Amino acid sequence: MSIFESLLNTFETGSGFWNPIVWLVVILIVFLIIHILRGFGNKNYKVDTEQTKPFLSGNPEYSKEKMHIKGSNLYWGFTESLKWIFDNLNKMHTGNTSDYVLWFVIIISVLFLVVGLI
Amino acid sequence: MIFNFPFIAVIALILIGLYAIIFRKNLIKMVIGITIIQSGVNLFLITLGYREGAVAPIFTSLPSGTEIPQGMVFPIPQALTLTSIVIGVAVLALMLSLIIHIYRHYGTLDVRKIGGEK
Amino acid sequence: MNFVDFLLQHSPALIVAIPLLGAFLTPLVSRINNKVRNIFVIIILLITTSIVLLLALDVFAGNIHTYIFGAKDLTLPVVRILFEVDAMSAFMAIIGSILLLVSVIYSWSFIEENSGLDKYYTLVLLLAAGMFGMMLTGDMFNFFVFLEITSIASCALIAFWTNKGKAVEAAFKYIVISSLAALFVLFAIALLYGQYNALNIAVLGSVIQFSYLDKIALVLLVAALAMKAGIVPMHMWLPDAYGRAPASVTIILVGATQASLYGVFRVCFTLYGNTINLSPTSIGWIIVLLGVITMLIGVSMALIQSDFKRLIAFSAVAEIGFIFLGIGTGLTLFANNQMFGLIGSTAMSGGIFHIINDSLDVGLLFLVAGAVYYATKETSLDKMGGLARNMKYTTIFFIIGLLAISGIPPMNGFASKLLIYESTFQLNPILAIVAILSSIMLLAVFVKVFHSVFLGPAQPKFKDVKEVPKTMLFAMGIIASIIIIFGLFPDLVINNIVEPAVNALINYSEYIRQVIPTFTGGF
Repeated sequence: MSIFESLLNTFETGSGFWNPIVWLVVILIVFLIIHILRGFGNKNYKVDTEQTKPFLSGNPEYSKEKMHIKGSNLYWGFTESLKWIFDNLNKMHTGNTSDYVLWFVIIISVLFLVVGLI
Repeated sequence: MIFNFPFIAVIALILIGLYAIIFRKNLIKMVIGITIIQSGVNLFLITLGYREGAVAPIFTSLPSGTEIPQGMVFPIPQALTLTSIVIGVAVLALMLSLIIHIYRHYGTLDVRKIGGEK
Repeated sequence: MNFVDFLLQHSPALIVAIPLLGAFLTPLVSRINNKVRNIFVIIILLITTSIVLLLALDVFAGNIHTYIFGAKDLTLPVVRILFEVDAMSAFMAIIGSILLLVSVIYSWSFIEENSGLDKYYTLVLLLAAGMFGMMLTGDMFNFFVFLEITSIASCALIAFWTNKGKAVEAAFKYIVISSLAALFVLFAIALLYGQYNALNIAVLGSVIQFSYLDKIALVLLVAALAMKAGIVPMHMWLPDAYGRAPASVTIILVGATQASLYGVFRVCFTLYGNTINLSPTSIGWIIVLLGVITMLIGVSMALIQSDFKRLIAFSAVAEIGFIFLGIGTGLTLFANNQMFGLIGSTAMSGGIFHIINDSLDVGLLFLVAGAVYYATKETSLDKMGGLARNMKYTTIFFIIGLLAISGIPPMNGFASKLLIYESTFQLNPILAIVAILSSIMLLAVFVKVFHSVFLGPAQPKFKDVKEVPKTMLFAMGIIASIIIIFGLFPDLVINNIVEPAVNALINYSEYIRQVIPTFTGGF
């Protein structure tokens, strides 16, 4: 039975800990809260009427393709404000095999410098 | 000084090979660069096992009066070189066959024109 | 001597020999029937996996196995090829066998419609032989040979979809990079051989002096193997190769990359272990800094990708950075006994535990990307949406992978990342901050994928998309369940698998003493 007991051991890292039982209890509590919150919802709506349509501040709904926010549009603000970083990073990734080898040579020379050969 | 000459040749071959890979834009020339580096490394291995005036380490056909083992060159670097050459041929064949496919798809062998994906 | 003992004695050779033999039998078997061939390959890998587990059980109990080819006992000086399996090798072999087995099960349906499948399976088994060889060998030149076998097999597998030009191009980049790396490894091996007249890792480790030529060899080995492991800024071949290979191949490539990573650690800890006092912390700091750059650039690039598999490939690069950070912290403090006991060993456990976590998490995500491709024939994130309605199970597996890779409990990534954060914080708080930042950005990256692929309104063009076949779901399920088990019981994994591997790396003198019993040195 020792292996089953060791399963439930607390895993200590020095300042934090981890125990599966604590975690399972937390999950149960969270699910309970979700269940209670869902219970507050209104059940007597009418299907296939105006009530179930999305409300977009009175604007008409576009087609399904247009309503979906595409992958490259997500985090637009973040990438736009840090454009200089991402532009430089993109410039670094040329896709040219010669450049890949050049980076390798650069790293070797940097390592030579650090280890103290040159 | 004259005995260091092979080692200088090794370094020169490796640098020429790296130059070909980094600065030549034709895929076939890049592959030739890799082959040159490979020859450099093989030359290095062979030079390590060399002894002045020694014969090949084949026991059954030694010239009479050969000192064993001082009169023979080291066999291990030769075995290593042979393995390395065989591997090199396989890699070379694979690279050239990939180049054929690349030429069929892109119609060019310029490394700058085939790379670059987002 | 009973059968199990016999098997155990010859297991290091069998782990390489069985896939190698299977590889050359596969074309013959596939003459019979496609189904028979698939079952044959799965059985070959099952046998290999069980031998790996058998060997690992014995090695984790504290025995280091050596296997000498062509002789019964070891004679000095060592001229024979020998395999030496300590806990670190066994740990890596377990990872490799899990990934291979899952990949083959996944391939059953995933590439069913392609032609040339007999060659595909032959190459997979060859790759398996090369990978296991790299992990188990105790000989530097043999390591080079297996490195080349792995490169050639994986290059051919990356180019498996030759009808796509991009795949061939990625394979060409891969072979140029890996043959160059292998040549530099060979050059370094020749430098070592020329000085010490030995090729065996243990023998070299016992006599190494850290002379001028040794330093050159160390730099060449670390740089070349780090390039094969995908360390920034030498990582650029990796997104190309991972992004263009079939998903079932990509998951094995993750394992092959980890094998190169293993090479870096073997070189730093075992080969140069005896000279670590002579090179005060510099190589450790190099590895830490490379790890930090790798994490930051990996996640930043992942954030702006719009191709599903390329995005995961960049996050795989970032994950390698975590491993380098953890183990580099250990290496930095290696010479300092007191500090090492406090921080270093925790960091090393975190780093080594993260090797298995990384390969499982990234592997699961690649399989999900492959499943989405299989169902929709799309790879661009901009063209997908609302797939959670059609592919329920795949979505669940994706959520598991998402939580695991970003280190959220109760998945496995949490435990190892926690160890890395805490130990690196004590070395230098900035390192821990960068690590946490990268982890948060990884979460952001995959939330973006989750939204753009699985959420959103049902798209009319994906009306007929169905859930992927059962074998693919089964393969994903295996990895997902391992992830959850590791996440719930990290204590068990760390005590039984990770700690022996850490100790094997630290106690390099044990490794050397297995071959040269008179060796005195180390701690």
